[in-house]
This record gives sequence, structure tokens and C-alpha cells, in this order.
Amino acid sequence: MTNRVVVTGLGVVAPNGVGLPDFSHALKNGISGIKHDPQLQQLLFSCQIAGKPDITEELLKHYFTELEIRNLNSTGIVYGVIAGMEAWKDAGLSPVNSDEPDWNSGTIFGAGTSGIDKFREAIYKIDDLQIRKIGSTVVAQTMNSGVSALLAGKLGLGNQVTTNSSACATGTESLIMAFDRIRSGAATRMLAGSTSDSGPYIWGGFDAMKVCTYKHNEEPEKGSRPMSATASGFVPGSGAGALVLESLDVALHRGARIYAEVLGGHVNSGGQRGTGTMTAPNSAAVQRCITMSMADAGIQSSEVEVINAHLTATSKDALEIENWVAALGRSGTNFPYINSIKGMTGHCISGSGSIECVAAVLELNEQFIFPNLNCEDLNPDIEALISPSCIPGVCLHTNFEILAKASFGFGDVNACVILKRYHK
Amino acid sequence: MDKAELLNKLKDIISPYAQDKEALEHISEDTDFIGDLKMNSANLVDVVLDIEEEFKIEIDNESMEKMLTVKAALEVISAKI
Repeated sequence: MTNRVVVTGLGVVAPNGVGLPDFSHALKNGISGIKHDPQLQQLLFSCQIAGKPDITEELLKHYFTELEIRNLNSTGIVYGVIAGMEAWKDAGLSPVNSDEPDWNSGTIFGAGTSGIDKFREAIYKIDDLQIRKIGSTVVAQTMNSGVSALLAGKLGLGNQVTTNSSACATGTESLIMAFDRIRSGAATRMLAGSTSDSGPYIWGGFDAMKVCTYKHNEEPEKGSRPMSATASGFVPGSGAGALVLESLDVALHRGARIYAEVLGGHVNSGGQRGTGTMTAPNSAAVQRCITMSMADAGIQSSEVEVINAHLTATSKDALEIENWVAALGRSGTNFPYINSIKGMTGHCISGSGSIECVAAVLELNEQFIFPNLNCEDLNPDIEALISPSCIPGVCLHTNFEILAKASFGFGDVNACVILKRYHK
Repeated sequence: MDKAELLNKLKDIISPYAQDKEALEHISEDTDFIGDLKMNSANLVDVVLDIEEEFKIEIDNESMEKMLTVKAALEVISAKI
């Protein structure tokens, strides 16, 4: 027997909105969170603009104890814990207040790195022969599972507590893994999410690869241009998203508000064969991931009405559209609506999948399709495949039932999830 | 520095790490960091680092191992300042 799985809680820390109300407002109004970053300029980065969530001292104190804040130097953990705790509360749940953990609730909270600034701090001390002065929190802040471990402790989770890592596919993968765990009956409730550190030490590697844009340092909000003819690389971003998933039975039993149903999903890899490499996708695998997710969800490609895409604003955008067209067998005006949040947030690396899954669930629940930013000059290779009418430039308020969300990552890895509007 | 003054300084250092604030208020030489103050054992090392900084002393690994109570901590500090 398998369980139906629903989304009952959301939390988000995004460059264009921290917390659900601000994020939802930003999505509907196409508000950008991309700003000039003086630190990147000072460090001679080619790309000197970035998407960074704004965390106030007050917010930090709300989610972390004074002791935890002491020596805290891990932006990824800060974003992840805030998003995760918000989602739990949004689901109407409270932390366990007894000696016994909640055996049926767990978390899969992904990350690409953890505490990269803390790690830097520790490395400098060690090389300066100050090993005895690095303090007690370096491990907890730099272990990749630091974010899931901290969340589990705050909430009292007693089921699986882990951190997955699959580059930019991480967040969508964590949602699918959490979904699988509930569907199979191994857990009744999972906090799925992912986070990404901020700053030059996480973004530097991408800048050096020349995959970030250097053409918009003077006009940050125009810099992230998914699907545009003048897309010239992604804008680095950071942040976290979190979703509480529950079995439908448990959610109904406790009278929880249900945002959407997770119908199915699929994760795979192109094995870096064919056109696939460490950094380029094997298109056969991308298409297979999409078709397998539809099969897992038990839907036909004709039922997909909206695509919340990966589209990062690089030269690969047209290839992603080509893969959607091939996988769905739909093109021109017959193609679903498609959008990418990255025009507003930049590419939040390992946090992107979860931020985008939160956006997708909000779109379904509130029945809107957020606008694409900065693609007035649509890439002609994309226009040759799908009608411009499928690419909204303003927020659309329209009824739809099924949304497909996909994320793709370095290592030639893919994740695609199918979400459905929930009717009481 | 007399004993009372030393104890007061130590109390300030320990304060952020002590989970049981009431026990902290009643701190005495017999107070045990973990047992009474409910301090997380990982924070013992932070207490030692803060003591080193406050008193401008250096505490070796062997002394550090002994510093599980207020009494032991005061003895180590007194011997070094």
C-alpha cells in the first residue's frame, strides 16, 4: 500500500523575500532581489552582482539562541534553519516538548557546502598554529549535514535526518526523496528543503569558470536574464526553501491546511555520457527524467499546464526548452506556460530547487503564474520552439491543476517533480 | 585578585554556556559545569578559551581535562595568574 503525499507547510529565505508573505508578494510583482555586491567588487570578481537574502538581527535572534549566535559564521545554516522553522510553524506544528522525539517525522535538508566562511576562519587559525583556539562549533557548522542536524534538534525529529547533495538539483531531489519516504510508509511527515551559503568563497569557483555574467554590474536587476537573447551567464544567489510533506491521511486527520499534492517525481543522471559532462547535460537523461516523473505521477504530458523551469540565464536555456519540448511532445502554442524565478533571485545554487519548489506550490495554491523578468528580447532559438505567449511577462491569474518543476545540476544530475492543486 | 572576585569573573565567563540559569545564580565552588549548570560538554572547551583570553593565560591539555567544576577551574586559574 502506498500513501498519498501532500504539502502542508512552507518556509523561504530568498534574495527577493524572506518569509512567505514577502516572497509571495515579490513573486507576483516580479520584484528582483539582485543587488550590487561591494565585497565582490573589492575582490575583483568579474560578476559583481548577487542575490543575497536580507537577514535582520531581530530575525536571527528569533530563530537562534544567544549561545548559537556566538561564533556563528555559516550563512547556509542561518537560511536553512529559518526556512525550516518557518515551514514547520506554517504547517501548524510545534517542536517536540518531551524527552521522546517524534519517531514519525524526519528531514532531508540538502546543501552544497556548509559554513564555508566558518571553514575559512578555521583554516586560517590552523595554518597560524592556533588549532587550540578554533572553538567547539567548527564541526557542527562545517559538516554538510549541519543544517539538518540543527533543525532536527530544534524540532525533536526522530525519523531519518540527513542532508542530500546533488548540486543545483539538490532541493528538488530532497522533495522527491522525502515524498518517497512518506509514500512508502517509512515516515508520515518530512521536512524537505535545501540551502546554500552566500559570499565570495562559494561563488568564486563559478566566477572563475566564467559561467556568471559580467555584463550587468551597473544594472543589477537586469543581470539575470533567463530565456533572453542577451542572457550572458547566471547571477550567483543564495538562500533556502523548505516544505513540510505529510501523508494525506495524517494531514486530514489533524485538520492541516493542504497547499498541494505531490503526485510523483523522478531523479536520474546522464552518467556524463553522450552530450553529458560534469557541467553539460545529457539531453536524453533530462528528457527521460521528465517522462519518468510523469509516468510516476500517472499523468499524460497533455495534462501539464505550467512548468516551473530550471533556466539559469546561460547559453544552455534554449537546450532546456528543447528538452521540455521533446519530453512533452508539445511545442509552439501547444506548449505549457513556463517561467523561471531566477530572473528575480539569480541562481541560488543548492538552495535554488527548494526556493523554486516553494514558489511552485504557492503558484498552484494561489492560482497564479509569476512573471518572467528580463526576457523582453526572447532568445530566437527558444522562439523557434515555443510560442512567446507561453512565457508570461506579467503575473497571470488563471486556473490550473498540474505543474511540473525540474532542476538540473553539475554532475549531469536531474530531478523533476509533478505537483497538483489540492481540492477538498 | 581574591577568591570572590575570581568567582565573579568566572561566573560571567560561564554565563552564556550555562543552560540552567537558576543554578548559575547559586554558583559556588562545588558547582559542576555539566551536572549542575547543564552545560553542553562541547562548550567546556569554549569556557577554557574564554578563560585564557580573560586572564591572559594559557591552559595546557592536562589542566583542561580537570576543569569540570568551579573549584577545579579556580585552582587552575589561581596557579597561572
